[in-house]
Amino acid sequence: MTWVLANLQLIGSRTVSHLLLAVPAIVLSFVLALPLGWIANRFRWSRATLLSAAGLLYAIPSLPLFVVLPTILGFGVRDRLNVIVALTLYGIALMVRSAADALASVGAPVVLSSTALGYSAASRFFQVELPLAGPVLLAGLRVVAVSTISLVTVSSLLGVDNLGLLFVDGFQRGILAEVLTGIVATVLLALIVDGLLVLLGRLLMPWTAVRR
Amino acid sequence: MNYFTQALAWIADPENLHGDGGLLARSWEQIWYTLLAVLVASVIAIPLGYLVGHTGRGRGLVVATSGAARALPTLGVVTLVGLIFGIGLFAPMVALVLLAVPSVLAGAYAGVEAIDPRTKDAARSMGMSEWQVLTKVEIPLGLPLLIGGLRSATLQVVATATLAAYVGAGGLGRFLFLGLKTQDYPQMLAAALLVMVIALILEGAYELAERQAAQRLRTH
Repeated sequence: MTWVLANLQLIGSRTVSHLLLAVPAIVLSFVLALPLGWIANRFRWSRATLLSAAGLLYAIPSLPLFVVLPTILGFGVRDRLNVIVALTLYGIALMVRSAADALASVGAPVVLSSTALGYSAASRFFQVELPLAGPVLLAGLRVVAVSTISLVTVSSLLGVDNLGLLFVDGFQRGILAEVLTGIVATVLLALIVDGLLVLLGRLLMPWTAVRR
Repeated sequence: MNYFTQALAWIADPENLHGDGGLLARSWEQIWYTLLAVLVASVIAIPLGYLVGHTGRGRGLVVATSGAARALPTLGVVTLVGLIFGIGLFAPMVALVLLAVPSVLAGAYAGVEAIDPRTKDAARSMGMSEWQVLTKVEIPLGLPLLIGGLRSATLQVVATATLAAYVGAGGLGRFLFLGLKTQDYPQMLAAALLVMVIALILEGAYELAERQAAQRLRTH
């Protein structure tokens, strides 16, 4: 506890940098996975192809991806953009399956009747399918958010500033309290963001709360 | 793609391939770390998952702890346990087991949960004891979902097992950390490629197992 009190400022600034890496990656992976999930459901060939590609992407160990990606993209290894891109790739890998499942969970009769009511393909997607897919999408997004926040810490092995540096530094200097603080702070941050997502879901989809 | 060809050349170099710390030996370590972690996680999580799935009790608790476990940063657990118990295989093994438990637990519990209640009632009305309902109905019917859970656990563990090398254990992570220190990108890429190949092989094995399980359900 004394370590925490003596280093509050450090913990605070690392938490902020942690969020600055995680939040863009979470948002980007959601936005990019949505059309991919749509494509996965749209064609016969695409579902198996996209989903197994996503599974493989997830099997790449994160540490080498953090290092190899900049050599392909031309960033520096410690560039924050590099970390965000890598995290986004993992996020997409997780999210594509949820997005495909979510859009598939909208029943065919609903889609057909909204077409019959005169919705164009685009307005049907945004006004009918997307809201109905919402709860499953939210469940997927929560998994992505939590695992992204946890995964950010691996990039600290390259020296990128985030809560994971508390593990690296604490391990090298043998400060148990520092490592423990890093773990607690990361888990708390993940749970807080998860809670915020649940609240956001209630706000955007009030009908899901009523049904219960 | 220049790094890519260099990485392939690095793999093909017999000097890197063989010997005690060679790619083959390290790959083997990576595989058995993965299998051991998933095995230990299964011993913990499968009975627990069946218990929760069969009795329906403690469901909320299981879901909540699985969520929290997903937030647990593996690197943090590795370094924490490493600091307390010293470097070696124990620390990464604890972290990998913690990583694998939620997926296996979810697979075991969801497999039992997803069975039509009427099927279970039919088994009971035929005079099966609760133990028989579990072993003769719920476990066989839940097998495909359990294998799915084991599959995602294995996939996560095989990639994350590279962190074991950070606290002095073996595995393909050795080449990653060595490459990181010496800025040897082809070496890191080579190790990453091998991890992916191992993941693919394990995926293939699970695919076969899942088909077998599905086929057995159909013919019985």
